[in-house]
Amino acid sequence: MSNLTLMIVLLALLAIAYQLGLVRTRQVAGQNPAQRMHSRPHHYGVLVGLWAVLPAFFIFLLWSWGSPWAIDQLLIAQLPESITSDNQELRVALRRIGNLASNFGVVSEAADWELQAAAFLAETRQLSSGLMLALMAAVSAAGLLYGYRRISPLQRARNQIEKVVKAALVLCSTVAILTTIGIVLSMVGESLRFFSFVSPMDFFFGTTWNPRFSTSGVAEGSLTGSQGSFGMLPLLAGTFLIAAIAMVVAIPLGLLAAIYLSEYASPKLRATAKPIIEVLAGIPTIVYGFFALVTVGPFLSDLGDFFGLDIRATSALTAGVVMGIMIIPFISSLSDDIITQVPKSLRDGSLGLGATKSETIRKVVLPAALPGIVGAILLAASRAIGETMIVVLAAGNSPSLTANPFEAVSTMTVTIVNQLTGDNDFSSPQSLVAFALGLTLFVITLLLNVVALVIVRKYREQYE
Amino acid sequence: MSNQTDTTSQPMLKSAVQQKVQASLSRRHRQERLFKFTGLTAVMISLALVAMLFINIFSKGLPAFWQTSITLDIYFDPAIIQISEKPVQRADESSNEFRERFLAWQGELGMINFNRLISDSLMQVLPDADQHRRQILRVVTSGERFALRDMVKDDPSIIGQTKRLNLLTDANIDVWLKGNIDRSLPDHQQQLSPVVQKWADDLYASGIIKNRFSFALFMNPDSRSSLASAGLAGAFMGSLFMMLIVMFLAVPMGVAAAIYLEEFAPKNKITDLVEVNINNLAAVPSIVFGLLGAAVFIGWFNLPISAPMVGGLVLSLMTLPTVIIATRSTLKAIPPSIRQAALGLGASKMQTIFHHVLPLAFPGILTASILGVAQALGEAAPLLLIGMKSFVATVPTSPFEQSTALPVQIFLWQGNELRNFFEARTSAAIIVLLTMMISLNGIAIWLRKKFEQRW
Repeated sequence: MSNLTLMIVLLALLAIAYQLGLVRTRQVAGQNPAQRMHSRPHHYGVLVGLWAVLPAFFIFLLWSWGSPWAIDQLLIAQLPESITSDNQELRVALRRIGNLASNFGVVSEAADWELQAAAFLAETRQLSSGLMLALMAAVSAAGLLYGYRRISPLQRARNQIEKVVKAALVLCSTVAILTTIGIVLSMVGESLRFFSFVSPMDFFFGTTWNPRFSTSGVAEGSLTGSQGSFGMLPLLAGTFLIAAIAMVVAIPLGLLAAIYLSEYASPKLRATAKPIIEVLAGIPTIVYGFFALVTVGPFLSDLGDFFGLDIRATSALTAGVVMGIMIIPFISSLSDDIITQVPKSLRDGSLGLGATKSETIRKVVLPAALPGIVGAILLAASRAIGETMIVVLAAGNSPSLTANPFEAVSTMTVTIVNQLTGDNDFSSPQSLVAFALGLTLFVITLLLNVVALVIVRKYREQYE
Repeated sequence: MSNQTDTTSQPMLKSAVQQKVQASLSRRHRQERLFKFTGLTAVMISLALVAMLFINIFSKGLPAFWQTSITLDIYFDPAIIQISEKPVQRADESSNEFRERFLAWQGELGMINFNRLISDSLMQVLPDADQHRRQILRVVTSGERFALRDMVKDDPSIIGQTKRLNLLTDANIDVWLKGNIDRSLPDHQQQLSPVVQKWADDLYASGIIKNRFSFALFMNPDSRSSLASAGLAGAFMGSLFMMLIVMFLAVPMGVAAAIYLEEFAPKNKITDLVEVNINNLAAVPSIVFGLLGAAVFIGWFNLPISAPMVGGLVLSLMTLPTVIIATRSTLKAIPPSIRQAALGLGASKMQTIFHHVLPLAFPGILTASILGVAQALGEAAPLLLIGMKSFVATVPTSPFEQSTALPVQIFLWQGNELRNFFEARTSAAIIVLLTMMISLNGIAIWLRKKFEQRW
């Protein structure tokens, strides 16, 4: 029976148990006319349904999680010593046996012991799923019976259901934390594996990036001889160069647009221009990448020719300019919010003393809003540093330590994509370095975000 | 005396300040105008950038929705299609036996040279084709022979008949006829030989080749052997599966988490930590989620590589914070009086929320979920890391099969060697993606407008 049918059966069981509970409740209520039931009939119905289904469902989860491991252990105990002693060989053998057991083709003839093991595996699997079904059925029936028998006027069915629902809500809100833990654990784990190949000093302070290639099948020991160099600095420099160009484009445009829209624009212009600018934030980044590659890059290159500059079509400048366009709405809407939060009394005071509107904005409103604006800029900067698709397409992918915006560079995000989507063995330093880069990226953006959020929050409190 | 000096000197003094102010006024007003003008310029530049982006993409991509195809009378020649009768399941055979017979028949079908049908009918319209037999198949894209094969497979009775069909021309002919290649280039730099160029021009002039709306773009999966028939169907299905997974995973979970955090969670250190954590998670670069997917879902849980299932899980984790934050702000906007009224009438906390607060918050939650799904739809970077970059030539039928996604398809197409053809096709794919995103956002805005309530 597939898992899907099992789930459908469980759902059907839920419905049946609900109906049974409903009928039983009416019975009970009829038997004791003097005593009112604590909860509404459907509460009792739902509770019976939960008793019938939830424990069985937990058994299913536990079983599907634990049984493959247990079966593997049983299987390994069956295999001849010569196989189990070598880890690599064992893994291959297990895969072959798995294929045999599920009747998929195996390339070469199967040995006798393999066939035996496969038969054993198939048998055990069948036994295991049979056991699981039996257990689930028993628990379901017991739960149903228990829930059914418990229905009485005094039972606080609604409160019990609410407890279950609340537990489910708590469970859902832990997912976000689990995600963070998952990110940190997986990154740190894989990064540590990487640092067993390359020393952290070489990684964080090395100035050459040339990881070379690795192919699967090469013994791990032999890699150390022909290893490339994994210096992160050129990538870090490229990342910050592009982000800086993006900020140079986005800050003046975004900030001035925010000032104009919040202080000068007529309500009508504001109502049309603001959403249109915000469209820029919703466009997928791959679209910007394509735009940079096909339109902006050649345009900048031609412009460079015109002025006698040598600008490559895919360069830090191209990627930075387009990323700047992408970031404009982040800066403009956040700054807009912050500028409108500055109390009107400050403006009125300044205007009343005879300052012009622009003087009020420059000397009163902006200084008051500055911390918030800085927060917005930091958030935008973290967005720029973590951006991937634009740089993959338009930065030129050449990891060199340069401050010349007209040259091709590479960034951390581009390198993560390159190292993980190439033909590298997953456990080679060439692949694992992606996780070390990811961890660095995560830490950088995290710091920027935390600082920005603290600043913005402080600022909000100030004027609330 | 002193009085007089006072009355005379005061206006004098005042006018000195006034004069200074007066003198500076014009400069200050000029500054004012300049400042205002700079602001307006910034707004205009931003708007112009939006316009430029869209005009650029649309002017490039719209022509690719029409593709050149050739109208041919294809004679399904029994002399070429020599095949036994299509097997029908007999009463006395099991479905396995029947399948075996059917597969054998399909094998037979696969041996037939359907290109002959195409070249034979091309001979009818190309008078000088006999001298350039090798070139003749370069007119029609190579994938069309499979279309003919499938027609025979579906209905063998057409053998012996003549059908008038529109076949897609080769991608290079499309490029040539649309003027996407410089016609004055010397022959050795051209993709088409002079003979085929002349054929293309002649057939286009006589109306046998026409520019028609390209259904292939929407109906076909990606293709590398027959570039003209490469389509978006596979990527579209992959994206659809992922959107569904996000909708059924991230949205309920996010809403539940928001309800707990906003309505139940005690105000303490742990709740603060969760809140900071969610805010930060919303700003983590998307590629980090891709790394998480590669390490956890593929590395530890051994889920299949490049399956929409894994992509959907990764995108769900990525959109979860967005949904939580947006739902929480919707819940915050519901006035406390609603809750107090319900509680005052004796409803439990749970009843208050599920019977009164949630229905009122529903439009806002719906908007938040649509925006979350739209965000997931446009994301490419994390999908690259979990293997969805690979070339897939089939339309996936379940979320566990190999597939790609619309943004990744755009990434793959922009790298295709036949730039002249694929630049437009990539722009067309972008238009499809943007149209989907804009309609999702439009629905969200419409819902917000429709149900917006001011308390």
